[in-house]
Amino acid sequence: RPPKGLLLRAENIGEFEFFSLHARIRNYTTEFESCRLEAVSLEFGDYHPLKPITVTESKTKKMSRKGSTSSTSSSSSSSVMDPLSSVLDGTDPLSLFAATADPVTAAANMDSTRKKRDKEDHLAVGSDFEPWSSKRGEILARYTTTEKLSIVSKVTTPGSAVSEKVRTRLEELDDLEEGSQKELLNLTQQDYINRIEELNQSLKDAWSSDQKVKALKIVIQCSKLLSDTTVIQFYPSKFVLITDILDTFGKLVYERILSMCVDSRVSLPDNFTPESINDTAKETCLNWFFKIASIRELIPRFYVEAAILKCNKFLSKTGISECLPRLTSMIRGIGDPLVAVCARAYLCRVGMEVAPHLKESLNKNFFDFLLTFKQIHGDTVQNQLVVQCVEIPLYLTLYSPAIDWILQCIAYRAPEGLLTEMMERCKKLGNNALLLNSVMSAFRAEFIAARSMDFIAMIKECDESGFPKHLLFRSLGLNLALADPPESDRLQILNEAWKVITKLKNPQDYINCAEVWVEYTCRHFTKREVNTVLADVIKHMTPDRAFEEAYPQLQSIIQKVITYFHDFSILFSVEKFLPFLDMFQKECVRVEVCKCIMEAFIKHQQESTKDPVILNALLHVCKTMHDSVNALTLEDEKRMLAALINGFIKMVSFGRDFEQQLSFYVEARSMFCNLEPVLVQLIHSVNQLAMETRKVMKGNHSRKTAAFVRACVAFCFITIPSLSSIFARLNLYLHSGQVALANQCLSQADAFFKAAVSLVPEVPKMINIDGKMRPSETFLLEFLCNFFSTLLIVPDHPEQGVLFLVRGLLNVIQDYTWEENCDDKIRIYTNVLHLLSAMTQETYIYHVDKVDSNDTLYGGDSKFLAEINKVCETVITQILDHLKTLGKDEALKRQSQLALYFFNTILAHGDLRNNKLNQLSVNLWNLAQKHGFADTKTMVKTLEYIKKRSKQPEMSHFAELALRLPLQSRT
Amino acid sequence: MGTALDIKIKRANKVYHCGEVLSGVVVITSKDTVQHQGISLTMEGAVNLQLSAKSVGMFEAFYNSVKPIQIINSTLEMVKPGKLPSGKTEIPFEFPLLVKGNKVLYETYHGVFVNIQYTLRCDMRRSLLAKDLTKACEFIVHSQPQKGKLMPSPVDFTITPETLQNVKERALLPKFLIRGHLNSTNCIVTQPLMGELVVENAEAAIKSIELQLVRVETCGCAEGYARDATEIQNIQIADGDVCRGLPIPVYMVFPRLFTCPTLETTNFKVGGQDTDDRH
Repeated sequence: RPPKGLLLRAENIGEFEFFSLHARIRNYTTEFESCRLEAVSLEFGDYHPLKPITVTESKTKKMSRKGSTSSTSSSSSSSVMDPLSSVLDGTDPLSLFAATADPVTAAANMDSTRKKRDKEDHLAVGSDFEPWSSKRGEILARYTTTEKLSIVSKVTTPGSAVSEKVRTRLEELDDLEEGSQKELLNLTQQDYINRIEELNQSLKDAWSSDQKVKALKIVIQCSKLLSDTTVIQFYPSKFVLITDILDTFGKLVYERILSMCVDSRVSLPDNFTPESINDTAKETCLNWFFKIASIRELIPRFYVEAAILKCNKFLSKTGISECLPRLTSMIRGIGDPLVAVCARAYLCRVGMEVAPHLKESLNKNFFDFLLTFKQIHGDTVQNQLVVQCVEIPLYLTLYSPAIDWILQCIAYRAPEGLLTEMMERCKKLGNNALLLNSVMSAFRAEFIAARSMDFIAMIKECDESGFPKHLLFRSLGLNLALADPPESDRLQILNEAWKVITKLKNPQDYINCAEVWVEYTCRHFTKREVNTVLADVIKHMTPDRAFEEAYPQLQSIIQKVITYFHDFSILFSVEKFLPFLDMFQKECVRVEVCKCIMEAFIKHQQESTKDPVILNALLHVCKTMHDSVNALTLEDEKRMLAALINGFIKMVSFGRDFEQQLSFYVEARSMFCNLEPVLVQLIHSVNQLAMETRKVMKGNHSRKTAAFVRACVAFCFITIPSLSSIFARLNLYLHSGQVALANQCLSQADAFFKAAVSLVPEVPKMINIDGKMRPSETFLLEFLCNFFSTLLIVPDHPEQGVLFLVRGLLNVIQDYTWEENCDDKIRIYTNVLHLLSAMTQETYIYHVDKVDSNDTLYGGDSKFLAEINKVCETVITQILDHLKTLGKDEALKRQSQLALYFFNTILAHGDLRNNKLNQLSVNLWNLAQKHGFADTKTMVKTLEYIKKRSKQPEMSHFAELALRLPLQSRT
Repeated sequence: MGTALDIKIKRANKVYHCGEVLSGVVVITSKDTVQHQGISLTMEGAVNLQLSAKSVGMFEAFYNSVKPIQIINSTLEMVKPGKLPSGKTEIPFEFPLLVKGNKVLYETYHGVFVNIQYTLRCDMRRSLLAKDLTKACEFIVHSQPQKGKLMPSPVDFTITPETLQNVKERALLPKFLIRGHLNSTNCIVTQPLMGELVVENAEAAIKSIELQLVRVETCGCAEGYARDATEIQNIQIADGDVCRGLPIPVYMVFPRLFTCPTLETTNFKVGGQDTDDRH
């Protein structure tokens, strides 16, 4: 008993005795009844919070019937349909009515929106048109060089007698600045790209600093580079880089002229007419065209004019449709076929963007190209190739991007007849492999697939020395992966194609082809054919470890096989599948492949399995993943691998063969010991297994099942300590202890709980959660509350004292070094009082089937109750001491909160007919309010609650209590 | 900053025809009030002739430049001496483009030996302490489009080594045959020159085919006439070894400022001609 002098404001708390709780006697069953929610019959009203959208919709529909609003308003309102409300749509009578209310206007709406959409389609390219931007990267990656490049600004001296004035004017356009005719030689590819990027930047700079002429000069310089075909294998990439600059320029000019038209008040509509353009803008626009028309050299003149093609819209309605054919025929003047075809590709690109409805010039471009096709085999080109040491097959591939693009533009939403005509035209030319390839990559897959046999025949006829054949087969394969050929041809196609593919000598060529054709095989054939194909790939890729160079392709093969074979028992019965996996010898690739397989398994496997083939194969796969984990593995990676392995473990079930199941878990534990989440999963699985067993035996274990359950429990007990996360261990101990208790393994349960108790002191103050250090107290508090609830039903061990575990836990809590300035310990103590009051009841609130808890063991023995009371006294003393200390430390807010918390506990669990306890509660009430830190609302609510309780039977003393509890009004 | 003087012509392209009214505003911006002795606006049009060094020799060419021939000259007193308020003052003006007597308003033209130029000049006379302000601004005169439809006169041409002039050793030239046609030999100056050209055959690889626009200016003076041909514009229509037998378009936009319709007067003459070159 503390000396009186230390009792700060003791008169308020009252003379301290050792309080015992005097727990209220409770009848849990009746309390349960009274607490249960009242059953209210469910009414399906018209109102639903998720439904307002459908209501507004019906409104707009009605309006459109009057014909006043445009159809767009209603269609837009229905387009923002909430996914939730769309579920309601069918069942709700109101929206049903709205949907069928006015079929005529609905149809009209549909019609007009469709018309509108058609119109839009006509003016702009739809989303099904593969844009240039997606091709760009591909081209840049594909056409590279190690040769040295150079940027040479050609000095052009105009011939004969030119007046000084004219000369300067021309030079002004030709040269970037005085003395800029420098040559940049010996650039590496990267330098070259950087240099072009610099030019792009300086174009923007010049433009923004209002140096329009300089900007034009830069653009001209850039497009001049396109007439240079040295280092020809880089040309397509150069084309991409430079046309980027041209695009920038075109956009800048267009926007500038557009900005001149904007009268600060009204901005132009998208489809403006030339009449609405003011004179200044027109004049500026004309000036640009005049300036460009006087560019001396053909190639820059063409490119720059094409770049600002869109500006024709400002001048006249027919401007673009007149310009396109002229520019198309202008390209005829370009001698080099590669340069010319790229120019055509650019014109088509600009044309598609600005006026996709002008198809004629697209076709004309292609026909012009066909006319000049013979040039490719002419002397000029051949001589050039000899000088540059470029082989014909390589040279021909340089044409592909441009031709592909042109054909793609032509084929976009083109009628079947046109495609056939195009194909016939291509056929007529000698060595048409190049064209054939482009046709295959640009035309609709359905078109190609339907004529697969024709294509195969054509490919076979092609000249060996020309365009590489494997590329042709690859293109065909790509089409067949997208569209199905006629049923009757399928096997023949595969046979014909594979006959050629298997003869390819170069492993890279081979695998590029095979990769594509695997998809076709998987799509249309059974595991037998796939097996053959895989075997063939293995045969080709194994010599000289060729597979090392082809991991991406091999990986994509695996992915395709997995996509088409969802049934893993079939997949693993493909004999060559596992040998195929063996080709992935680089660890990171192998793990990637394993991950893919496991992802597919988790996604597609519907039922749990015990198929030994699948289990063996997947255990092998998982083992590979697990073994890749080392000290350097990232947390995320580990988490992902563990999730995949866990997914697999969950899918394994041996049905009623529990022993087999357990031994599988044991095996898995030995295999995956490095991944903690997997161990946690295994413990949960084993616990579940134990509970399954209990369920099967309906709670009555036979000798055999009891032994099995003990084995399960033992599994958990020895596995838990190997975990490093302390809370995982604590929770699993508790959880496993509960499972052991449920299976009547009392001593094992005791062992779990003891282990948990002895682990609590090791809980660190800070724990790492998702890479951040956080205080562990809240977790500990949660765990301990959970633990105490379990301890209520754990029977005392006959050899240990009464309440051995509770006392042990209290001691641990007492000794634990709690955070300074923190009341968690006291909160726990208050919670312990809940436990203790529950323990004094005659019948406990819950039980475990077939386990006698302390209520039955002691049968309300007075000695037992006295023991509990003793513990109560100690705990209450601790609480009150702490309250006093808080008062001394001037931590008055915390004091108020704790006092109220304690007050509530007494209110709920204490028997307030006991005078001492009654007095204590009044004192606590006053203490809570004393320093004005109490929340008035809470206090009022509490008081109301007490008054309400007092009306219940046997609770009349609450009324008196309420009278003794003053409410402090806040001043 | 002191006072700024600017002339703004109403038409954005500054092109006017004979008989039309040239209108615009003179803009005076100043922070303070401007004291001035009167503002006047002068419209001038003149033909400047320069003798070619080739025909008359250096000295004469330098000194004996022929006196400019004035076509039009009129002055307008815009504001009487007085004060202008601070800020921006806009004074509108109008000039009828009419000539006296038998003079003709020739088209604006910038050549080597012949120059026809029209200017508007605004003068603000000020007191002795401040400098007079002057601002000049060129405007462009085009003659009225010709009445009556121009009959196109298409022409076919063939170029072979034999047809070339001023070639020294004809035998050394590689064989070639180029055919083509022009849609018309006399063209409307505002419309582009159009035609086609086919390289039927050529022994050597073609590097470039260019289209050269040449003008002929003739100046007359006391000593006689001087006739000079100069290149105005050179446009490449084929780059590299073009495909044989494929028609290549011939297309050239006439640079408006440096070309003018063929014109003949007593004192000077301007004409155009073009050639095809092959390297």
